[in-house]
Amino acid sequence: MLLHDTALLFGRYARQTLRSPFQIFFGALMPLLYLFFFGPLLTGLPLGREGDSWQILVPGLLLQLGLFGASFAGFSIIMEKSWGVFDRMRVTPVSRLALLLGRVLRDAALFVFQAVLLVLVAVPMGLRAPLPGILIGFGFVALLSAALASLSYALALKLPSPQEFGPAINTLAMPAMLLSGLMLPMALAPGWLDVLSHLTPFRYLVDAVREAYIGHYTTPAVLYGVLVALGLTALAVTVGTRTFRSAGA
Amino acid sequence: MPIISTAGLARTFTGRSSPVEAVRGIDLTVRPGEILGLLGPNGAGKTTTLRMLTTLLPPTGGAATVAGHDLVKDPAAVRRRIGYVAQSGGLDPQETVRSELVLQGRLYGLDRTRATARAEELAVDLDLTELLDRPTPALSGGQRRRLDLAMGLTHRPEILFLDEPTTGLDPGSRADLWALVRRLRDEHGTTVVLTTHYLDEADALADRIVVVDQGTVVAEGSPAALKAAHGAATLQDAFLAITGRGPAPVDTTPVAV
Repeated sequence: MLLHDTALLFGRYARQTLRSPFQIFFGALMPLLYLFFFGPLLTGLPLGREGDSWQILVPGLLLQLGLFGASFAGFSIIMEKSWGVFDRMRVTPVSRLALLLGRVLRDAALFVFQAVLLVLVAVPMGLRAPLPGILIGFGFVALLSAALASLSYALALKLPSPQEFGPAINTLAMPAMLLSGLMLPMALAPGWLDVLSHLTPFRYLVDAVREAYIGHYTTPAVLYGVLVALGLTALAVTVGTRTFRSAGA
Repeated sequence: MPIISTAGLARTFTGRSSPVEAVRGIDLTVRPGEILGLLGPNGAGKTTTLRMLTTLLPPTGGAATVAGHDLVKDPAAVRRRIGYVAQSGGLDPQETVRSELVLQGRLYGLDRTRATARAEELAVDLDLTELLDRPTPALSGGQRRRLDLAMGLTHRPEILFLDEPTTGLDPGSRADLWALVRRLRDEHGTTVVLTTHYLDEADALADRIVVVDQGTVVAEGSPAALKAAHGAATLQDAFLAITGRGPAPVDTTPVAV
């Protein structure tokens, strides 16, 4: 029942997204700009960790894609709420988890697609990384997107007015990006910043993907990354489902 | 055996400064096959009450049984037996009439074939057949309302909740909707609970009226009984007397513009 309803809703939202090529490609624009205009600056710099600059930058851009893309997923639920679609679905017997997962899986699929696009463009720029590492990277994008989209829906439903949503997300996403070392590895950071960075979950995800991109799959950094990503997703889906039950009231 | 019964059903919202008691405690009994009109001034708690009875909003106090199931303990069972049409409707502007009706059927557990057949059946019933492949934003107000109703009736609910179903409709569309509500009750025995601000609508349609003010029930009875109890010629006068606003004073001074 849960699988059936989730697949049904995923199909509806995936079809809606496919009808909007703008939505599909626009989200990849910001990381692509970083790739073109920021990536070349790093090629000759000592970045304080193993791997060349592309193996360090591209994992960061993949997670930046998930971080900024999925954080704004909540906008769509604000629209659906104002159309009455959200309540119309909540009054059906479909499980609240399926209502959330159908949407969240669409988001995850969208951002993984954009991540594939980004990697394909990064290869001619100079990226060389083992295929398993690249696939592991996509797995992390999927988990991060699912987690952040769930939290974004919950936040969008909790906020008393939709105007507060955009500023709230920016306020949360900017420090998350800076503190996780997405752009430059935290290996360059002074001690206090490195400690602060370890307090954000995203730090562990970036480190894990960077390890995978240099062919290290069984190091503690990868293990921590997997554990943090799974924990974050489980927590986020629980919070999201609870909010769908009460509509944030 | 009532199909809806509530005892002290209440909802308090935690406001930014102080808690707001939207519904203070509603005691309500609805008999099967009855058309119940829920009246009350703006902000009286009508919509909040409907949102609780339809499982959309968890109550903060009291208890209720809807269609034989406990509202709080078994909301999923309640959902299978009720239909709800919100004031704003519930149509996605990115979809067509057909895709909305089919999805709705599938959300109620019909397979693709049966959901498609049900969509066409509902379209015939609600005069939407010609519109099946239109995008929903292309519908007129009356057509949208009929589609909203079709969505709410997809699973042949025992109880249909309508929140201000005729607000913004032209007189012809209103008359169509009234006829439809009567037909539902007469042919299918559906219980209908509707809110409205149009007292002629309540008078014409409802078997019984419940007036809510400031989050509690302040009067109930058939339209005729309410009029008689307040010596009023129209339901409007009775309503004004009940909610303490009195009949509008006749002012003879000219309006200064």
